[in-house]
Amino acid sequence: MANRSEMWRTLSDPLIRQNPVTLQILGICSALAVTTTLATAVTMSISLTVVLTLSAGLVSTIRRHIPDTIRLIVQIVIVASLVIVIDQVLQAYFAEISRALSVYVGLITTNCLVLGRTEAYARHNAPLPAMVDAFGNGLGYSLILILLGGLRELFGKGELFGREVLPLADAGGWFTPLSLMLLAPSAFFLLGLLVWVVRSFYPEQAEAPEHTPPLGAEPAE
Amino acid sequence: MAGRDWNPMRRLLALPNESRTKTIVVAFLVSAICAALVSGATVVLRPIQSANRAAEEQARIEALVQGIPGMAVLLEQSGGTLSTVVIDLDSGRAATDVTPATLETALLDPANWTALAPGQDLAGLGQRPNFAQVFLLRDGDRVSLVLLPLSGQGYGGRIDAILALRGDMNTIAGIAITSHSETPGLGARIEETSWQASFPGTEARDDSGEIRFRVARGAASGVHEVDGITGATRTGRGVTQMVRFWLGPDGYGPLLDAIERGQF
Repeated sequence: MANRSEMWRTLSDPLIRQNPVTLQILGICSALAVTTTLATAVTMSISLTVVLTLSAGLVSTIRRHIPDTIRLIVQIVIVASLVIVIDQVLQAYFAEISRALSVYVGLITTNCLVLGRTEAYARHNAPLPAMVDAFGNGLGYSLILILLGGLRELFGKGELFGREVLPLADAGGWFTPLSLMLLAPSAFFLLGLLVWVVRSFYPEQAEAPEHTPPLGAEPAE
Repeated sequence: MAGRDWNPMRRLLALPNESRTKTIVVAFLVSAICAALVSGATVVLRPIQSANRAAEEQARIEALVQGIPGMAVLLEQSGGTLSTVVIDLDSGRAATDVTPATLETALLDPANWTALAPGQDLAGLGQRPNFAQVFLLRDGDRVSLVLLPLSGQGYGGRIDAILALRGDMNTIAGIAITSHSETPGLGARIEETSWQASFPGTEARDDSGEIRFRVARGAASGVHEVDGITGATRTGRGVTQMVRFWLGPDGYGPLLDAIERGQF
């Protein structure tokens, strides 16, 4: 029983409380780049979760036999091969979306999230908990990506999954799309706001200020 | 005392992780398995991917033709279809023994490729097929539009495109980029219609017949230039060289001359 609740904690912790994107600010390069529409965000989320879970499982299976000197290379080779396979599958069955994601699928290899989880968790734990942890982290990443993708597509184009939700002003409706939402800076703004919201619910996540600003400037006499 | 274990796998796994043998064997095994995985996926999925690409190319050709003003009407008059011809690039005439259906097999034979000397090789291809499939639109007995597949070296890899020339074989009617691997946001903007919109009306050669087409650095000046993309100078140069090579004597030059003389 205790085992099961621990497993549940491993899975649910990274969703919000330990979310890899909002707490550790990992993997934001792709989070910014592929969230212009919900469809690309969902595809990217699924690809990353699959790669993360499988690579955690594989690394954890051979964890006792990875020589320490070459462990990073071994992990990267495993991750990179999985990424190539996923990329090929996407190109074969989801050609449209694969074009929209362009290089970002390939860049999952260098996503700090993947290497971070294999290095920090999978290397020291049995395959099952490692995969649960990786899956949880994948879901946490997906949650943020889908949220950002949904907001950006909704306010940038008035659509969700390419289907009209808010009637556009130029087509006789009332909604004027915010084109800023389709540009990369808006993802920064949204992500910043999201981090702020999460950290006001979990004040312990806020980092201690690194510098103290000088005391209020006294007007020079 | 148990006897010595003769199973090599178990003996290997029992070695300490720091041992040199184990390090090398583990590295080798991991790479071998991963290589098999990657190659397997590529080989199994290749037919589906190439079918996707063919369908996409067809769609782009149709979009290209539809996008040229007046072409849709012309297409309808001529029966609604482009004629597909495989031409022999050296002679500039229709190939006698290669048809669109057998082109792919013919190009597997290295004898049907011509190596390019560094001086000729503007587009950075290294070699050039002897046969190419082009699409023609006829208006009466004159060719009114020709679609030429091009390929050349860009900044990030090969660029494949289809160039449409009007009946004078000099005025560009449009371009479609069918595949590329340029930098997203910079060179990759060659696939945006806003950039491609500056191609129609551009002239490839000047009056003396010399190819003057160029992707400008910045805004186009003159009838032979199209707008450049800021931050993608090398992609622009790649496109310039690609067009120059393929319209030149080693590319479609003989074909264009033949069409101009009305011999096609």
